[in-house]
Amino acid sequence: MEIDKIDKIIDKHNCEAASLLQIMLDIQKENNWLTKEALARVSERLDVPLNRIQHIATFYKAFSLVPKGRHKVHICVGTACHVRGATRILDTVEEATGIKPGETDLDLKYSLETVNCLGCCALGPVMEVDGKVHGKMTPVKAADALKTYE
Amino acid sequence: MARVNTPEELNTFRQEILSKRDPNNPVVSICAGAGCVASGADEVIKAFEEEIEKQGLGAKVDTKGTGCPGFCEQGPIVVIYPEEICYIQVKAEDVPEIIEKTILNNEVVERLCFKNPGTGEVAIHESDISFYKAQQRTVLCNNIKIDSKSIDDYIALGGYSALAKALGEMSDVDVLEEVKKSNLRGRGGAGFPAGRKWEGSRNAPEPIKYVIVNADEGDPGAFMDRALLEGNPHSILEGLIIGGYAIASHEGYFYVRQEYPLAVININLAIKQAQEYGLLGENILGSGFDFKVYVHQGAGAFVCGESTALMTSLEGRAGEPRPKYTRSNIKGLWNRPSVLNNVETWANVPLIVNKGADWFTSIGTESSKGTKIFSLVGKINNTGLVEVPMGTTLHDIIYNIGGGIPDGKKFKAVQTGGPSGGCIPEDLLNLEVGFDELTKAGSMMGSGGMIVLDEDTCMVDVARYFIEFLTDESCGKCVPCREGLRQMHRILTNITKGKGKQGDIETLEELAETAVEASLCALGKGAAAPLLSTLKYFRDEYEAHINEKRCPALACKELISFYIDPDKCQGCGMCRKQCPADAIDGDKKLIHIIDQDKCTKCGTCFEVCPSKFSSVTKLSGVPVPEAIAEDKRTIVKKAKAKGK
Repeated sequence: MEIDKIDKIIDKHNCEAASLLQIMLDIQKENNWLTKEALARVSERLDVPLNRIQHIATFYKAFSLVPKGRHKVHICVGTACHVRGATRILDTVEEATGIKPGETDLDLKYSLETVNCLGCCALGPVMEVDGKVHGKMTPVKAADALKTYE
Repeated sequence: MARVNTPEELNTFRQEILSKRDPNNPVVSICAGAGCVASGADEVIKAFEEEIEKQGLGAKVDTKGTGCPGFCEQGPIVVIYPEEICYIQVKAEDVPEIIEKTILNNEVVERLCFKNPGTGEVAIHESDISFYKAQQRTVLCNNIKIDSKSIDDYIALGGYSALAKALGEMSDVDVLEEVKKSNLRGRGGAGFPAGRKWEGSRNAPEPIKYVIVNADEGDPGAFMDRALLEGNPHSILEGLIIGGYAIASHEGYFYVRQEYPLAVININLAIKQAQEYGLLGENILGSGFDFKVYVHQGAGAFVCGESTALMTSLEGRAGEPRPKYTRSNIKGLWNRPSVLNNVETWANVPLIVNKGADWFTSIGTESSKGTKIFSLVGKINNTGLVEVPMGTTLHDIIYNIGGGIPDGKKFKAVQTGGPSGGCIPEDLLNLEVGFDELTKAGSMMGSGGMIVLDEDTCMVDVARYFIEFLTDESCGKCVPCREGLRQMHRILTNITKGKGKQGDIETLEELAETAVEASLCALGKGAAAPLLSTLKYFRDEYEAHINEKRCPALACKELISFYIDPDKCQGCGMCRKQCPADAIDGDKKLIHIIDQDKCTKCGTCFEVCPSKFSSVTKLSGVPVPEAIAEDKRTIVKKAKAKGK
């Protein structure tokens, strides 16, 4: 990610240390992950020690310190989905993609995450791929749905 | 639009909006909440817009994407005003018919109406539907009537009149006294009286004070705050401004989960619109009161729903809770007095100011006033958001509104209060919901999550699930929570895997007690509740797992096996074709057999086996019977067998 893009985001938040989180969220959104260079730049401009930034980057779930895959697969493991069998969906997706939650495959095709409630409990269990919700999943339907992504 | 400078001007402006709208013209409201969008509401909205344009009805018919009315089970929901005709599960293909019949010819499309399952009666209007009938919607009611992106819609329905009343007719102390008198208790979890919290901040000597909306709704399975933020953002904003006025604060914050992007957009838009109208900013409605609002996004940490952690996060740091030697309403954000209330609490404030504390206290129980929104989810027929007066029984919510348990299964328990709440068994279903009543039963109100569990749900697994969630979300600052939860999780996982041993229950109880006593914040203090409440009411399930290596609910994967009953199998091959692990052997007219070594226990065979055969069964605690001998596997039709 280029330095001037990062600077633009920092300037948008008036270079304030109190907006550190919002700045990091914007960079994450723009670049999909937080590069070492980006964090170093934020540290330098905001005059915040890098270890505090690292603390934040590892504390919050929204941040990633590694690149993400082309397709973001979210399996909802909220309580409603859990009692309707989300674990079985997760098992199937792990099997199909070969990765565990929090991981990205070597081809950078899928990133798999579990999420704690997507707010569409009526459709549970739910799998979300690139923002599209696949509701009322069964292991077979989940495996079939994944096959449609290139 | 010019600035509104006085309460009178607001009133005139409202009349102006209303005079431009013919109440007899049809309005098509389509729920654009998360649940309905996931079921295809976006396509329905588009279809309506296109069809209306195609037929040249644009001037007469208004279409709007609204907030969530709560009946997620039957989404996408469409309500057509002024008759209030409610259609469910609407698809884009249905749109031309709806326009042709309902809008142009005033006829009802019956096949799209809800049929009350008990009586089979067709419910044409929203209010005829059994799900809505038993509810009392004071906070959620406007969601379906308002285009969530339009401040005019909100004002037309009387929006900001509470603010005008507070600023124009009441002193700040009057507002505070009214809220105190209403006994409004925090809707986010602990149920602390909002008025007392406000008063503490007001009386604190520090001149700069803050008011904050806690919109970091992290409870898995709870989405009422989301529905309000997305559907009716102005109601929360209005409450916040009134709160600011009452405690003499001039700065407010929304702390919104980043997982709710639409809520962030709608809140930001609402703030912008309110500023343009002069309902926010300097000298609001000519009262001399100034107020600014900022939106901060969370970054995915459940613990940030805790008040001090949220404030730490607002300051731009990792959201770890702080010890509360001094309460945050005295020393909170940047060490200044800060009133933090939940979304639903703020949304109640304009209602209290408008209708008075006496109206509010007329609803509810002795100690819990007003209504509460619950998100009714899990093994329930009518999933959705339910707003009922405090004091409604769990039985009424689950059976009268929720329509009971699907597939004729038996009710086992209802989990309330999210990860810090507990499970309530069947014999307590007559419990009236209220802050103190639920706490007494070993659970809590929490933010209003209500997860219904049926006989297929394993209670040990439920406890393990919540402990796993909290282990993951513990910030790690204090030992009883960080280490205690990890150990509880390890033991519970072992039990569900059949590796439980004598003494595990006692160790769990000891760990739980330490976490409750010694944790720094509510996350750790409440963490043991799901465990302790399931132990209290379902101890036999724990014992069955440990002593007999049996899961009574047939849910724990490691403790069950799938088995095809040779007497029932008709060799249809459904299970064999669908088995993802190729673990089923069989052929036409051959009894099918599951290879237990290959079986991954995904349960597909159990689901696809035709119900007229139901030959696939789950076994737990008993060995799987020997496979049937090869020479006996051929299926002979009974009729033929008789003939022989």
